[in-house]
Amino acid sequence: MSFGALHVLGGLAGGLLVGFLAAGLDRILTARLQSRIGPPLLQPVYDVVKLLGKEALIVNAWQAFCACTTLLTAALAWLLFVLQSDLLLVFFVQAVGAVFLVVGALASGSPYSHIGAHRELLQMLSYEPLLILVFIGMYLETGSFRLEVLFAWPRPLLWRMPFLFLVLAFALGIKMRKSPFDLSACHHAHQELVRGVLTDYSGPLLALTEIAHVFEVALMLGLFTLFWPGGGVGRFLLPVAVWALVIGVDNATSRSNWRWMLGTAWGLGLGLAIVNLVWIGQG
Amino acid sequence: MRALRRFIDRMRAKSPWLLHFDCGSCNGCDIEILACLTPIYDVERFGIVHLGNPLHADLLLTSGTVNPRNRKVLANLYAQMPAPKAVVAVGACGLSGGVFRDAYNVVGGIDRVIPVDVYVPGCPPRPEAIIDGVVLGLQKLAGGGRGGR
Repeated sequence: MSFGALHVLGGLAGGLLVGFLAAGLDRILTARLQSRIGPPLLQPVYDVVKLLGKEALIVNAWQAFCACTTLLTAALAWLLFVLQSDLLLVFFVQAVGAVFLVVGALASGSPYSHIGAHRELLQMLSYEPLLILVFIGMYLETGSFRLEVLFAWPRPLLWRMPFLFLVLAFALGIKMRKSPFDLSACHHAHQELVRGVLTDYSGPLLALTEIAHVFEVALMLGLFTLFWPGGGVGRFLLPVAVWALVIGVDNATSRSNWRWMLGTAWGLGLGLAIVNLVWIGQG
Repeated sequence: MRALRRFIDRMRAKSPWLLHFDCGSCNGCDIEILACLTPIYDVERFGIVHLGNPLHADLLLTSGTVNPRNRKVLANLYAQMPAPKAVVAVGACGLSGGVFRDAYNVVGGIDRVIPVDVYVPGCPPRPEAIIDGVVLGLQKLAGGGRGGR
């Protein structure tokens, strides 16, 4: 597939739009569930612009490098997805972005930052195997990792991969750092780790990691569109429904500990995924 | 360039992140500050987020008298906040030391240690007054805030 600068810019703008809208709606929905009114829809954009305009207190060069790399790889993973590259390539590029966020947090001396980084590693340990198993399921069903093939697949993957759909929803919750999986950092005030993995990122660097997170969430939501064929409403209802489910669970549960998270992700998540893979393999 | 700077200043006033530090207050003011976050007052309407991290904060909300032990902590927290920033002193004790101003262990109000932009009087002030003080602090932020650019 050939594409030009216009595709790239359009893809990036689309990712920002989806991600920031999801973040803004998240805060409004959460506020309504707590019988508050909540911030304006574009609040996450205001926050990021403000952070970009603040004084840069950079702990060391590694931290700055890691924040930039996190953003670059997150944006690249999203671009590879919308420009219909290869699903495996998308997986590895997004994993690099996630790792660099952790490395940047470990580059500072703050113990809060370190504990947050270790917990973020545990979160990655929980969701990355789930993600790759979902992709393997898609390969077994369609015979290709190419996103062109997957987007054009005529039958709903949802009916063949219902368990893997649930597993991907599980991974979305961990990736979005929503309760009960908000171990490494949390958007709400109840945070014993100050700000977890994000503690020592401040000002413009924090803005870069926030934008990277926006791309990551957009990519995760985008993966759900693969489960339904055609260009109709159904394709976009799936990510919206799963997103609403994750926000609902976020407001209804408290934070788990990492043992519970890892145990559930590997026990229940991997179990469901393998059952579904065997089912697809049986034909 | 000027337009961009004005745009960022506007965003600053729309997204104030608060750090709340209790210097040695009786908790009266602190309860009123936390009451601002409840559904009745809901300061998140204005994009205000209550944080525990000075590295992310724009506004420092302080209550209580300063004493020789916690003045270092207060100065440290203020120094960790990236510019532009503003300080709001809440309650009679934070303003001047209040009824404790002559006590042997009291240094005085917040402004003995760090520069204060907005003073919110009261013992304790009502949440409405605190929100009003924060809004005044925002105007200072939108005008460039402390620490310069």
